[in-house]
Amino acid sequence: MKPSKRLFAWAVLLTGTAGVLGAGAAYANDELEKMSQDPKQWVMPAGDYANQRHTKLTQITTENVHKLHPVWTFSTGVLRGHEGGPLVVGDMMYVHTPFPNKVFALDLNNEGRIVWAYEPKQDPNVIPVMCCDTVNRGVAYGEGMIFLHQADTTLVALDAKTGKVAWSVKDDDPAKGATGTSAPLVVKDKVLVGVSGGEFGVQGHMTAYNIKDGSVAWRAYSEGPDDQILFDPDKTMAMGKPVGKDSSLKTWEGDQWKIGGGATWGWISYDPKLNLVYYGSGNPSTWNPSQRPGDNKWSMTVFARDPDTGMAKWVYQMTPHDEWDYDGINEMILADTKVHGKETKALVHFDRNGFAYVLDRETGALLEANKYDPAVNWATKVDLTTGRPEVVAQYSTDHNGPDHNTKGVCPAALGSKDEQPASYDPQTHMFYVPTNHVCMDYEPYKVTYTAGQPYVGATLSMFPPKGDNHLGNFIAYDVNEGKIVWSDHETFSVWSGALTTPTGVAFYGTLDGDLKAVDAKTGKLLYKFKTPSGIIGNVNAFEHNGKEYIAVLSGVGGWAGIGMAAGLTGDTDGLGAVGAYKSLSNYTQLGGVLTVFSVE
Amino acid sequence: MNFDRVSRFAFAAALSLGFVSLAGLTSNRAARADDTKPYVIENGRVDKHVFNGYRRYGDNCLRCHGPNATGSSYAPDLTDSLKHMTKEQVEETIINGRMDVNTANQNVMPAFGTNPDVVENLDDIYAYLKARSDGALGRGRPKQIGEDDD
Repeated sequence: MKPSKRLFAWAVLLTGTAGVLGAGAAYANDELEKMSQDPKQWVMPAGDYANQRHTKLTQITTENVHKLHPVWTFSTGVLRGHEGGPLVVGDMMYVHTPFPNKVFALDLNNEGRIVWAYEPKQDPNVIPVMCCDTVNRGVAYGEGMIFLHQADTTLVALDAKTGKVAWSVKDDDPAKGATGTSAPLVVKDKVLVGVSGGEFGVQGHMTAYNIKDGSVAWRAYSEGPDDQILFDPDKTMAMGKPVGKDSSLKTWEGDQWKIGGGATWGWISYDPKLNLVYYGSGNPSTWNPSQRPGDNKWSMTVFARDPDTGMAKWVYQMTPHDEWDYDGINEMILADTKVHGKETKALVHFDRNGFAYVLDRETGALLEANKYDPAVNWATKVDLTTGRPEVVAQYSTDHNGPDHNTKGVCPAALGSKDEQPASYDPQTHMFYVPTNHVCMDYEPYKVTYTAGQPYVGATLSMFPPKGDNHLGNFIAYDVNEGKIVWSDHETFSVWSGALTTPTGVAFYGTLDGDLKAVDAKTGKLLYKFKTPSGIIGNVNAFEHNGKEYIAVLSGVGGWAGIGMAAGLTGDTDGLGAVGAYKSLSNYTQLGGVLTVFSVE
Repeated sequence: MNFDRVSRFAFAAALSLGFVSLAGLTSNRAARADDTKPYVIENGRVDKHVFNGYRRYGDNCLRCHGPNATGSSYAPDLTDSLKHMTKEQVEETIINGRMDVNTANQNVMPAFGTNPDVVENLDDIYAYLKARSDGALGRGRPKQIGEDDD
């Protein structure tokens, strides 16, 4: 690095720090947006508001990435599944853990010394009402504070310098099965947070809290009357038309919407120019579709809302009347890119249901929906005029009815992709997507709702698609053409968030524990390193003292830890022994460790 | 807390006993073996109780103990646990839950004592788990006695 560049780097860092100290409420949005454009820092869960997970740092290239090596590591002391990734704000790194939801502030100027550590006191009874492990997808930063969304749904604001609690607010009630796993997002003078609990019959919601004191600015439920879901019957649009009155209530029997699910446990994006926030809602409760007739709106939906008021500008429901647990919560990537040759302000969403949706993020118009795993079989296609999937009767668990084992549905309930976020490279206009390649048998049956108890109503077995013995792929996907460009097979589902660089490298982690770097053009493996445990965290990049670093949390767990810890099974016809009983425990063990890499 | 647990257990136990005696009137149930082998499996096919236990397991237990009761990265392999636990211990754990929280572990099993889908099917869930643990039943969805091949 040239000295002049280094000086510039310091100047930026100092400015960043000054911003941290001096930011007032009115400037919070501008300040954070500016910080997110500084590639040396990683100030929000996906790196930027557009959820692109793309660094602008250029030191690590396809030529030198083979020299990548770990330069320091940090054990979190927690064993369970580590999702999300660290933030880097100025000279500090913030590392979070699953329950008990510790946060560590590490001083990058002092060899990662712990400046402060925070560990909330939480009732451990929240642990078993967390759907699938006690994961947490990371903290948010804004106005000199770190926001932590605890397992028990408490949202706490910590002074970024000292770890001192500024305020704390309870978002919902774990005794009813509501829990916190998602990363908050700071937008303007508010911090937005979703809720988990689709397997316990919560009424999902997104809530905006005022940064200055933690008071509620607005709350928008996923289902219910218009004043609860913050819809304007005349102005909120769906597929180009106003939704009309009671758009949600009309699609539920009686008051089932009150326990209707639609949890909001995924990622949030924000377009400052359009002043819209985007996120998805999860499965309707229960998993037994015949027990809840109707489209079950607005579960499985992309929401575009005004962050100031919470009012919905447009919505799009991907999987009406879900029959397979295809939560719609995966990240919404905002990209200005060509779609069928036309420059588009796109929202790109790789849904659990196996379709890659492309919408106009200003109007909600559906532009494209193609399968991003050829194994997907539950629907032949999505009708772009109605927006509805054309469901194949053979794979419809509703059509086949309760107490019938519907066989060979692809993808499985964990989706062609789960929460693990994809990356977008604005130079190649390609999306790099970590995927699952798993199918299932699904058998629904009647269940009773009891507050705080599982409200599932289906059992399933999972296995790789017929003729395959790998459970995951890392793919490059072209939205312009609507097709997969290349696909790298992985032994297990790829459950780690991807990262791309302007220098043509794509990073991701594997469940058996490798951090991998591949050529973004071809998918060719350029580098791998086996971290201490399986990776379900997201790969981040930052720069400190002129050096580019790659950081990733390892620590296997989550849904992946359930489905694969002891191998999968099911209809094993046509599977080799390798395919049928791959046990992840033969490859990796538990334990949360942050590993930081560089090429120098 | 303790009182709660005791009363919940008593309530659940009463329910469960009621179920057993009621079920005991049917010939199918009477044909079932004792506590050491509480399941009927003929030519790899299971009776309706084991099948019901399999499904109730999927509803309430699979999220943590994994498909086939073989455990996950954070909940024990029940095919092993049941080798070391009595039926009473298993039932007590299901009804009251269990907490193992210390600096190394944060493992908590919820109390299912208020969940009718679990309490009313406790014997069947136990039968399924015991059959898995004894190696009498393989992985996957079991076929029922009399069910068509497909």
